[in-house]
Amino acid sequence: MNAPHSSARLPAPWGRLLDRSKPPVRFSFEGRGYDGLQGDTIASALLANGRWILSRSFKYHRARGPLTLAGQDANTLVQLPDEANVLADLHPIGKGLVVTGQNCNGSLDHDRDAILGKFSRFMPVGFYYRAFFKPRGIWKRWEPFIRKKAGLGELDLAFQPRYHDKAYLFADVAVVGAGPAGLAAALAAADAGAKVLLIEQEPMLGGSLNWARFDLDGNEAEKTRLLIDRATAHPGIRVLTGAVCNAWFADNFLPIVAGARLYKARAKQCVLAAGAFDQPVIFRNNDLPGVLLASAAQRLMRLYAVAPGKRAAILTGHDDGYLAALDLLDAGVAVAALIDMRPENDLHASPWREALAKKGVRVISGSTVYEAIPGKDHGRVAGIDVRHIRAKGQVEPWGEIIACDTLLMSAGYMPAWQLPCQAGGKLSYDDASARFSLSDLPDVLTLAGSLNGLYALQNTLADGEAAGHRAAAAALSRPAAAPARALHPEAPVNYPWPIFPHPKGKEFVDYDEDLQIRDIVNATRYGYRDIQLVKRFSTVGMGPLQGRQAALPTARLVADATARTVSETGIATARPPFMPEKLAHAAGRAFTPARHTAMHRRHAEAGAQFIPAGIWLRPAYYGNPAARERLIQEEAAAVRTGVGLIDVSTLGGLEIRGPDAVELLERAYTFAFARQPVGRSRYALMTAEDGVIIDDGVCCRLGERHFYVTATTGGVDRVYRGLTKWNAQWRLDVDIANVSAAWAAVNLAGPRAREVLARVCADIDLSPEGFPYLAVRTGTVADVPARLVRVGFVGELGYEIHVPARYGEHLWDALIQAGADAGIRPFGVESQRLLRLEKGHVIIAQDTDGMTHPAEVGMGWAIARKKPFFVGKRSIEILEAQPPLRKLVGFVLPKDGPAPLEGQLILDERGDITGSITSCGDSGALGKFIGLAYCAPEQAVPGAKLPIRRESAPGGRLLAEVVALPFYDPDNKRQEL
Amino acid sequence: MPFSLLRYGLSSEPRIKPDFPPPPPLRDAYDVVIIGGGGHGVATAYYLAKHHGITSVAVLEKGYLGGGNTARNTAVIRSNYLTPESVRFYIASVNLYRDLSNELDFNIMYSERGQLTLAHTDSAVRAFRQRCEVNRHLGGRSELLDRQQIGELAPLLNLDPGRLPVLAGLWHVDGATARHDAVAWGYARGAVRRGVDFHPLTEAQDFVVEKNRVTAVKTHRGTIKCGCVVQAVAGASSILLGKLGIRAPIHTYPLQAMVTQPVKPFLTPLVSSSALHCYVQQTGRGEILIGGGSDPYPLYGARSTSDLKEGLLAHAIEMFPFLANAKLMRQWAGITDMTPDYSPIMGLSPIDNYYLDAGWGTYGFKATPICGVTMAELVASGGKAPELIRPFSLDRFSHFRQINEMGATAASH
Repeated sequence: MNAPHSSARLPAPWGRLLDRSKPPVRFSFEGRGYDGLQGDTIASALLANGRWILSRSFKYHRARGPLTLAGQDANTLVQLPDEANVLADLHPIGKGLVVTGQNCNGSLDHDRDAILGKFSRFMPVGFYYRAFFKPRGIWKRWEPFIRKKAGLGELDLAFQPRYHDKAYLFADVAVVGAGPAGLAAALAAADAGAKVLLIEQEPMLGGSLNWARFDLDGNEAEKTRLLIDRATAHPGIRVLTGAVCNAWFADNFLPIVAGARLYKARAKQCVLAAGAFDQPVIFRNNDLPGVLLASAAQRLMRLYAVAPGKRAAILTGHDDGYLAALDLLDAGVAVAALIDMRPENDLHASPWREALAKKGVRVISGSTVYEAIPGKDHGRVAGIDVRHIRAKGQVEPWGEIIACDTLLMSAGYMPAWQLPCQAGGKLSYDDASARFSLSDLPDVLTLAGSLNGLYALQNTLADGEAAGHRAAAAALSRPAAAPARALHPEAPVNYPWPIFPHPKGKEFVDYDEDLQIRDIVNATRYGYRDIQLVKRFSTVGMGPLQGRQAALPTARLVADATARTVSETGIATARPPFMPEKLAHAAGRAFTPARHTAMHRRHAEAGAQFIPAGIWLRPAYYGNPAARERLIQEEAAAVRTGVGLIDVSTLGGLEIRGPDAVELLERAYTFAFARQPVGRSRYALMTAEDGVIIDDGVCCRLGERHFYVTATTGGVDRVYRGLTKWNAQWRLDVDIANVSAAWAAVNLAGPRAREVLARVCADIDLSPEGFPYLAVRTGTVADVPARLVRVGFVGELGYEIHVPARYGEHLWDALIQAGADAGIRPFGVESQRLLRLEKGHVIIAQDTDGMTHPAEVGMGWAIARKKPFFVGKRSIEILEAQPPLRKLVGFVLPKDGPAPLEGQLILDERGDITGSITSCGDSGALGKFIGLAYCAPEQAVPGAKLPIRRESAPGGRLLAEVVALPFYDPDNKRQEL
Repeated sequence: MPFSLLRYGLSSEPRIKPDFPPPPPLRDAYDVVIIGGGGHGVATAYYLAKHHGITSVAVLEKGYLGGGNTARNTAVIRSNYLTPESVRFYIASVNLYRDLSNELDFNIMYSERGQLTLAHTDSAVRAFRQRCEVNRHLGGRSELLDRQQIGELAPLLNLDPGRLPVLAGLWHVDGATARHDAVAWGYARGAVRRGVDFHPLTEAQDFVVEKNRVTAVKTHRGTIKCGCVVQAVAGASSILLGKLGIRAPIHTYPLQAMVTQPVKPFLTPLVSSSALHCYVQQTGRGEILIGGGSDPYPLYGARSTSDLKEGLLAHAIEMFPFLANAKLMRQWAGITDMTPDYSPIMGLSPIDNYYLDAGWGTYGFKATPICGVTMAELVASGGKAPELIRPFSLDRFSHFRQINEMGATAASH
């Protein structure tokens, strides 16, 4: 787009954020090179070069230029190579930065989809609910076409996350916003001795002091800016600039996004001084490039030294428009006219009115811009149709065309309601005075400045100071002694009805979503009267910046159309985050650790393939994945015929000690432990109150009042929590310690296990009589202290050896070495599962589900029914008195057929589902496929045929044979060797 | 361009036929009072009128139409549950959904994208195979995919997130999404056009009970006599039941979700991972919608938190690393009534004329049409539960007949 103005910048002190001593920064936009200055944003640099079209609108693809220049609208969303939807008015330029437009078909200047604007009358609000689905089935063809038009920018799908992190901050008082009110509050609180955190979104403290004008000669802001130096130098204030407080979470938990970091601040007290949103006027073509908020033009000049145009008009509903006009004149911009919506009678004499009159600026009162007229220059505003306001929202049928290349507008201010409302605040609006108020705030929150409806600088400062005092006193638990300073009376800042419908439409209420007045009004006519329904039906406020300019006009329109007040209508909820934040910010370092056992290194060296087990990693098997099945069979065979070694360190371990240790176990587990001899282990089964099996382990009695109880890898934390809770609830005297990570453990199993163990264990009698099955011993293994348990999980002679974790690797090495000539072989979880399956042992959470009670899986033997109580006893008794619903059975299938798979279904003869396979495998010891499955009780008869659903099999069924458990060594001779 | 839009655009003063007339006055008595104007409530009203000719029906809504969990859910529609009882029920729901736009003459934008659930552990593979088998056996469309097939289906997905490499995936062809608000609007419009009274901003506060029957519902706008009551108030089920002295096996938790700013479409299927407690989908508007499991602590409140968002988004990035640079636009929460077995409670309550549609946890939206059909049938028959919902009766908890869906609901909704 060609520049209507030269690229010359205004002289200093215009351009407060620029560093003119640095060389220009070259970047590109839409394939063309531009020079900006250090301190420029993408938008300010482009505007300085006369480039005003920055984006295409969401629906109609209208050319759009900046509106707020404060990152509060979607008009400046641009595309970077690796980032979509970048706010050009916030993102700094950089050398070589490649920027393009987005959401356009062709180029930004020549967007073929701009034709859509011509069809807007065919796209009434909510049209898609009424179309595209008749005749039946046609929607499937429309949908892909419509989907393709969705979205704005394009994500870089090859993007790799970069470093982001988080930090915690604590403060007595957090002050959000460092404009005049925030600065005054921070200083007052810090002077009172509070530790203050001052959070400012812009790169520089000061807020409106940096760009707004408060008086005739523009000195007031400069004088007040001294507060910035005081705040910066104050030892009690920590300043965060370029930092957005993005939400208010319960109890003043404030997420603050700054650079690549998310600060999470907890403040005893919070002062919100976040300011207000300049409000657009709603008239036809209020979105043309060159039409922008008065505050945006002031920012452009003061912060970036760019004049918004050559000949400007101003449309205002309050006095600040006059001050903006003075700024324009100072910057050398001709002011064609100032149009004041207020009727002449409401205007009072003011120094700036006189000043404008003196400079020959024409003031047209009681009037509005009815339509902005696009020029030939790619649609930039070239003139305005000014009409006298006849009544609310109505204008005279004729008016005056005034030529201008820029229009500044401001209908008033709306307090930044988002954070206060997230804190539970209620936003009210008085229709008569057009004033906002916020109430029902929690007592840890204080508002200051324009959030309290104060806009005069002296009032804002006084209010900020009072808020700082109040917050500091509350945070430091001191009596509040805030100086009560009288506030000056203020003129209203909001023009009550800055909305002027035009028969041809295009009066944009929501720029982000391309919604016009009739879209909002028609939503209510369709019957969507609630503001939330209007939002959902029309999508107002659902755009990329949550439609912050649209909130107030929408509420006004809905209130008017439904004969209610704005307070009754309310304003749609403003959800966190306040500003769009990258997912990377919330994610931080994406830390997902896995736990390694003490022997992990040895497994890796031996070629283990690991699988997750809870938060641990365990060897599944050892060797090349290509030979997986063979390796598992070999490992299993080694255990059956020689000796194998498996790392079982991930098993949970609990020390249960104290006078009531037995009592706790008796109540928490189903089995009996009262008469369990010291030096013996017992199976320990745990059920929940509904009788469902939730965990199991082995309970070793080390002393009269001392037990060591194992739990499943995934269940130990829950078991520990439960035991701790019950210990407290039942008022028992038991010390419970979760020592899972303190012990490393292995299971040395196989017919030659005793022989291998004997080589590294001299102080325990390992003979079958001296250390029988289920016995527990403490002693020394490989010169380190150890607890040993004779277990039979895999169905062979086996010793579980527990040593302090730091000796884990040492124990592993010693046993591997001791077993070398016996052919010892490490085995993994896969072969262990196969071995225990051959023995018919269930694995909790694999062979049981959230409904399994002990009788269903043949574990009735593990219940001490004579005990007066254990958790789940009542339910188990009820369940066992009912006819059983299902049963876990063993089945076999011949090896010459297809293998069964875990999760496949068991059917009955009618084809109804009666259960499923929970475990299965290829048993080397039996030469068959074996498995465990739930089925109907009548199917659970050894010798019965069990139909397994398999689509590819003849008749859709495989027929397995039910067999008695265990599959292997039914007399338990081998484990009791 | 569809004819209706052409006609609308070309007429000089387009005639607007409202979807909803202004709310009618509250009558003294209704045959049926439905408490809760969300999807379930209005669908029940719709089918009461349409299937059973019962139109003396009031739907009481304390806020606005569909403003509870109907407005807040993430609109996942699927039938790949674990138990045959659930799968039959949800298949019936999916079948109704497919035709719902034409049934309601209102485009709910039903979008059959397919749902991919990722298994990162062998126990998940086992459970997914079972769900796949049950779904296929009962007529749903599901497949178990290996890594290569997943890569072909979702090439942008990271198959090796952190310590949990993807082992397999449950591909549910019937998985779909829809415009959730439109479902409530379409049903409500159809119900109102058939004579049902919809009363927004009308909160049911208490009951008049005589001889174990609710004879009237007290609202802050007045007391309404009623023939029977249907309760469909997700998030407040236990509170309302408490007014009748009924203790429900329900714990209530917030459930949070969030969306990014809209970006150009890149993701068609709905992708979820229960091991990463996260699901990701792209809406018709181009937003990336991210959700997960319920909050860890019970609360009767829909508030957003930082910690849940942090964990959820870290996992979303593990699944799709490039999302690190996408921008979050909005986060919000709903309130979920969880039962011990993660299945709903439907049927008659211990009160003789008080019907329950409760305990919908995180899976209420996908059941909306079938809930409407079956609840209407239940009410019209005077309490005879249709076959499909008989397993979900309240007394299953005292008879140890739970319908355990815990594994099939967590984080995939």
